[in-house]
Amino acid sequence: MIEFRMPSLGADMEDGTLVEWLVKPGAAVKRGDIIAQVDTQKGLIDIEIFEEGVVKELLVGEGEKVPVGKTLAVLDSTEHRVGIKASPLAKRMAAEKDIDLALVTGTGEGGAITKEDVEKAAAAVISAKIEKTAQVDEKKEATELLETSSARHNIRQAIASAMSKSNREIPHYYLETKIDLTRSLAWLTETNRERTVKNRLLPVVLLIRAVALALKKVPELNAWYENGLVKKEEINIGFVVSLRGGGVMIPAIRDAGGKSLDELMTALNDMIPRARAMKLRSSELVNTTITITSLGEGQVELVYGVIYPPQVALVGFGAILEQPWAENGMLNVRKTVSVTLAADHRATDGMTGSRFLTELNSLLQTPGSL
Amino acid sequence: MKEEEIRQLVCQLLKQVAPDSEPEKLAEDDIIRDVLGIDSFDALQFLMALDERTGVDIPEEDYGKISTLAKVVEYVGRKIIRFPEDHHPCRF
Repeated sequence: MIEFRMPSLGADMEDGTLVEWLVKPGAAVKRGDIIAQVDTQKGLIDIEIFEEGVVKELLVGEGEKVPVGKTLAVLDSTEHRVGIKASPLAKRMAAEKDIDLALVTGTGEGGAITKEDVEKAAAAVISAKIEKTAQVDEKKEATELLETSSARHNIRQAIASAMSKSNREIPHYYLETKIDLTRSLAWLTETNRERTVKNRLLPVVLLIRAVALALKKVPELNAWYENGLVKKEEINIGFVVSLRGGGVMIPAIRDAGGKSLDELMTALNDMIPRARAMKLRSSELVNTTITITSLGEGQVELVYGVIYPPQVALVGFGAILEQPWAENGMLNVRKTVSVTLAADHRATDGMTGSRFLTELNSLLQTPGSL
Repeated sequence: MKEEEIRQLVCQLLKQVAPDSEPEKLAEDDIIRDVLGIDSFDALQFLMALDERTGVDIPEEDYGKISTLAKVVEYVGRKIIRFPEDHHPCRF
């Protein structure tokens, strides 16, 4: 038996309201399925499941507010499902139509499920879906206006609580360096010249990729602090997305260390608009191992970040600006970016941070290898 | 495609990438990114949508030539090869 609990979508989350169940008892679920929607301070989040099984019982009703960790539903592991009697044709049809045979009443010999039973079940599923869509549309229109303003308020509260906790508990230390981006940007211009607008890369993708690769060399910063330093295997980079009306959302790029520049760009194209619309998935808000904030445009040179607990580091990129640059006794004008590292002094020391920034700089000088 | 239609399409696509902004209030010579608060990510989304609707793929070296409403309308008018099927005019 598997207990499915209210997930924690960040250090600041204490509870969530179960808005809607997207599965019913008897439904078969697999890893990555979205099974419920939960209203949190970060908006309406699609909650994914990481187990495989059959939903046995839903323990929390729609509209109920429950604390993090409370069991929401009980699942049977998949093994319990052997023994369903169905004709081979019925099985094939059920697979094609995505019908769970455990939910179908068999009318054939000895209770076996027939082709007709599957057809009937499929029709029932379709009409239920249509009815639900109609209901949801009506409800949505009425509450949309109200939700936007209260969502803004909730986000503000979530930021306030996480950042207060950070400043209260984490002894930050800061390092900064200026990185010459001439080579990276020239490489990017060359690459983008060959690409259609759909496939073009933004400079920030190079920065994210370089951070991920530098973390492989300095894994102490890809970690959580929980009564000591806990290094994390997977590199899940939280990327700060500003909302137009104020506030930020920090969806994580999962396994950023395993993603190419193109894959990172695809991830951003997918995530940023959803973050701005406050429509993220639970997997994008948990297990974040480090955060990047990038000012992007404008004239502001430096950003000193506040670490999002329990992470131990935050990398801040200022705007890319032309600056005087001395190299080999010559003075020149170069496009540069100022990078800051905010890190948790309980977890690491300045030397570790310094190794990270040095590695980051060296990676950005050889963009072809990113 | 007439100039006015391009202007309306541009306006509609800007509204799409920056729903809270008011592109219908843009003056001809306003720097679009500054006035609407569009970042490089939004700008790229806008160019992708523009390409999809008009077939005009604007290369990076020409980004400076489309900084204002007047410039982008002129640029697209010169390069356009495809007429969009459905566009909903912005309200002025």
